[in-house]
Amino acid sequence: MTEALSSLDQPSALVDPDERRGGTGTTRFVLTKIGEALASLVLVVVLGFFLFRMLPGDPVRTMVRDRPTDAKMMAELREQMGVDKPLLVQFWDYITGLLTGDMGQSYILRQPVAGLIGERLWPTILLVGSATVLAILLGLWLGIRAAWRRDSTFDRAQTGIALTLWSVPQFWLGLILLVATNGLFPSRGMHSPDVEPGFFSEGLDVLHHLVLPCLTLLVVFYAQYMLVMRSSLIGEMNSDYLTTARAKGLRDELVRRKHAVPNALLPTVTLIFIQFGMVVSGAVSVEAVFSWPGLGQLLYTSLQGPDLPLLQGVFVVLAGAVVVMNLFAELLYRVLDPRVRTA
Amino acid sequence: MVAVLAASAVATVPFVPAAAAQQQGKVLRVALTTGIDHLNPFTAQLSAATQVGRFNYEFLTLPSAEDTQPTGGVAESWKTSDDKLTWTFTIRQGMKWSDGKPVTAQDPAYTFQRMLDDENARTANGSYVSNFASVSAPDDKTLVIKTKAPQSSMTSLDVPIVPKHIWEPIKDLNAPSTDEMAVVGVGSGPYLLTEYKKNEFVKFKANKDYWRGAPKVDELQLLQFKDAEAAVNALKQGEVDVINRLTPTQFDALKSEKNITTNKAPGRRYNELIINFGVKNVVDQPIGDGNPILKDLRVRKAIAQAIDTESIVQKVMNGYGQPGTGVVPAIYKSYTWTPSDAEKTKFDIAAANATLDQAGYAKGPDGIRVAPGGAKLEFRLVGHSNRPFDQRTAQFVGGWLKDIGIGVKQELVSDDEVDDRTTAGNYDLAISGYGTSPDPDYALSLNTCAGRPNAQGNGGSSATFFCDPRYEELYKKQLTEFDPAKRAEIVKQAQAVLAGEYVDVVLDYDNVLEAYRSDKFASFTKQPQPDGAILEQSGYWGVYGATPADAAAAGSEDGGSNTGLWIGIGAVVLVVLVGGGVLLGRRGKSADDRE
Repeated sequence: MTEALSSLDQPSALVDPDERRGGTGTTRFVLTKIGEALASLVLVVVLGFFLFRMLPGDPVRTMVRDRPTDAKMMAELREQMGVDKPLLVQFWDYITGLLTGDMGQSYILRQPVAGLIGERLWPTILLVGSATVLAILLGLWLGIRAAWRRDSTFDRAQTGIALTLWSVPQFWLGLILLVATNGLFPSRGMHSPDVEPGFFSEGLDVLHHLVLPCLTLLVVFYAQYMLVMRSSLIGEMNSDYLTTARAKGLRDELVRRKHAVPNALLPTVTLIFIQFGMVVSGAVSVEAVFSWPGLGQLLYTSLQGPDLPLLQGVFVVLAGAVVVMNLFAELLYRVLDPRVRTA
Repeated sequence: MVAVLAASAVATVPFVPAAAAQQQGKVLRVALTTGIDHLNPFTAQLSAATQVGRFNYEFLTLPSAEDTQPTGGVAESWKTSDDKLTWTFTIRQGMKWSDGKPVTAQDPAYTFQRMLDDENARTANGSYVSNFASVSAPDDKTLVIKTKAPQSSMTSLDVPIVPKHIWEPIKDLNAPSTDEMAVVGVGSGPYLLTEYKKNEFVKFKANKDYWRGAPKVDELQLLQFKDAEAAVNALKQGEVDVINRLTPTQFDALKSEKNITTNKAPGRRYNELIINFGVKNVVDQPIGDGNPILKDLRVRKAIAQAIDTESIVQKVMNGYGQPGTGVVPAIYKSYTWTPSDAEKTKFDIAAANATLDQAGYAKGPDGIRVAPGGAKLEFRLVGHSNRPFDQRTAQFVGGWLKDIGIGVKQELVSDDEVDDRTTAGNYDLAISGYGTSPDPDYALSLNTCAGRPNAQGNGGSSATFFCDPRYEELYKKQLTEFDPAKRAEIVKQAQAVLAGEYVDVVLDYDNVLEAYRSDKFASFTKQPQPDGAILEQSGYWGVYGATPADAAAAGSEDGGSNTGLWIGIGAVVLVVLVGGGVLLGRRGKSADDRE
């Protein structure tokens, strides 16, 4: 947390000279936002515990389903898993554990939840990160073109395609791509069992595996960036300053790039940050289709149990990411747009 | 920056085929659709993980491929004392662990003793040793196990035997290091673990020194799939060689595929409709909110008469099942109950109506029967909302029961709610089912008095809440009967008693549906023979007996034929993906130049 705080102090100090009401306003704003975010995090942690405890089902019975067991073994399992304790004691154990980074032990996989999440984080960041970055680039580029040529065939076609792709279910699109590419790309996982050891060959193997899931996510993700960019640029296009720019004799392309786009980018930047928090959960179905060993798949596994410690661990991490990214978006927006500060 | 990264990705893609080139040798690739929790055989519980243990470690004894009767493994032969409490196993000589050390009686003795001493060692297979009094190895050739009460499952203990010299120094069986190759890499089974990429795959090499003889394939790979459709697609495209747990629809679709052979086999699961006959917990207190009308045996009998198990198999299972009789599935022929004409409950709507008429449940104006007290014969039917079997079955059962004047309210809910409600007795009718073991003890134990939940509602494993002195006696008798023919007779009698009380209607035994690449593999050892399953086995016979098709044909199939094509497509796709970014960056620069 301290790290996040210090990095936040930097930009707010920079904008300070512009701040009419003085530094206290900015500090108060930052602290208020951080306080709100912390309150949300606490709520997430508490909800994450009690909400999932309301699910029906006995975890021990779930675990031993279809296997020969006797009452003695089930009692032993109950004790091992700590579900024989009263709910409030379990909650206390959970909270104290969480403060020391211990998120408990998965019922089904019998491993520390923090470790399970840790090992799944990198594949998800790789998949969702690359898909998001590509989606942003593609979305912004198409959005700008579509807005600038508003109501043209290009605009109507692009908007139509984007809206269609946005509403396509991800798992379905993934399966279609799998069938359509007819075995050109691996259909499962991140690594091939037959790859020769070596940094280069293994890296290429991962890239090969990345193509289809990344493409699936990209196709679904880019639409929202395109649509937001398009509408905010259209909003800017009637502004007086653009008329002025044109009156100065600037070429159309220059007006777009140097004057209109930077102003229209603001809503998109916010969207990008908020989306960064949300995308991980958005990868659930794609990771399932392509057996990508990431967080989304872990969430899918934990729901099937349901594996309560794992479920609440993933829930806290995902919800936490949304809260933190929202905080960044709010702070950044204030830095980027002077109007927010004076308003 | 991103554009550069992506561009370099495009540039490097064409080199991938060399790196990912198909390994030549004979490789068997199996699609796994369930997860692996541990490789450590003491703690591995998920079905794919227990399978890993079966390949890597030999068992003391195991069900045979031919007919699932006990056959030798680490033990060559065995005998029991007259009181059936002492078992003496003679250990096979000449077997070796993969590190070269001999397999002796000390190894099974250690394995079982550890399970008795260490709670963690009981995690996966503890129920097999809960009746053990002592385990000893008087010499390297002899293993002696004493049990507290006679235990008929002694010749099919589903427990991987581990090497003592590897596992003894390990104090904490929950330590992550127990999943690493240094520990689990020493085995005695047909395939030896060589590599494990968590959440992705497990690799084995053939055990050249395996006592039954080396397997015919050099390498075994278990590849994890989360999505069944993706796995089916991988089989079609030759990425995997064998797949199981297919749905009837997937199975039918694969039937017509070239180079793919489908395998339909009797399964070890049964589906049943349980009837809440006024259930009680283990201390005989009534629990739950079941409809009291179902306490009437005649009503339960009428329900059983109105259910057409043949239709369930044909219309719900697309023909991929067998109509049910008792709780031991038809795969275990010797223990399956085939009712006599007198015992058989035939599907007969008229007879069911007559049963209810005689019992005094007259039809009301709406066609629903009314009990003498005025209560309507309307029952809730609980089932799993996510299982197509339950959805379809609930519709059929609802229709049939309507024909005999019984109203049905379908309540299809989540798996856990089904568990919760059936454990607490909060149902009238419920669709349930169990997977069974080759030894009939487990299937029978699901219906004993002791299997019912305790006063706190915990600890039960009962399928039906059944508790009947005649059944209990037969259950105990079969457990102590060691003549297979006599035991089978008792097991059948117990099933007849259960069926006669109409606390459940066994609907069907699901078939196991599998498929494999016939262009790569000629045959697999099935269990039981000749029409059994390849993967869904009690043992390792299927993969151990995998016989490659003509080696030349298998090797040249999909190595590099279409690599050129995918290089092209991959490059094009990536170029398109990053096109926007690259273009944006370039344009930006040129604008600066022009300004």
